[in-house]
Amino acid sequence: MRVAVQPAPFDPGAEVSAFTAGVRGAGAVVSFTGLVRDEGGRLSAMEIEHYPGMTETAISGIAAEAVARWSLADVLVIHRHGRLIPGEAIMMVATAAPHRGDAFAAAEFLMDYLKSRAPFWKKEIGADGAEWVAAKVSDEDALKRW
Amino acid sequence: MIDVLYFAWVRERIGLPRERIETSAATVAELVEELRAREERYAAAFADLTALRVALDQELSSFDAPLAGVREVAFFPPMTGG
Repeated sequence: MRVAVQPAPFDPGAEVSAFTAGVRGAGAVVSFTGLVRDEGGRLSAMEIEHYPGMTETAISGIAAEAVARWSLADVLVIHRHGRLIPGEAIMMVATAAPHRGDAFAAAEFLMDYLKSRAPFWKKEIGADGAEWVAAKVSDEDALKRW
Repeated sequence: MIDVLYFAWVRERIGLPRERIETSAATVAELVEELRAREERYAAAFADLTALRVALDQELSSFDAPLAGVREVAFFPPMTGG
């Protein structure tokens, strides 16, 4: 299991390749990469603030919960903070499991929990100014299915 | 003494990321009352507690939680990761 919280960009393809190469006993690897949307050209940048210390602990806890719930060979979570521009990768998760069902379910679980239980806050920077992204009720509702 | 941290718009409204506070508050809610009474910027930041979350020693908690033994309290809006 690897958790990385970093300002630096990462290469999602290279990360999936390295993750896959390091896995033993898996028959499936699922990965998800989240990108900064340009919101129809309205967005010029995204600033991501986080809570150093708590962020790593919270993500590790979420990943450990996934490992406890599903049969997983390995888990990878990378999440950036700082200033990003549209098109850049914000974060990714990868899961490896003996079978694809567990890998897909665990990846979705990780995404749902990272959205509203990992201490990150997004601020959209546009031509008209800057605005904090509000959490959606649907993000909170998404946790109920687990 | 307790370390109090603010994130996102809470940090912006109060105007600082963290401070050390001498408090006799027994719960998070009592600490919030003390902060609200300080200055308008605190009152503005803590106007609506349903819009806020609290972490005690880097773990999500609730406003009625006790502060005994807690070293770090953080206030922030609902998280928007992913």
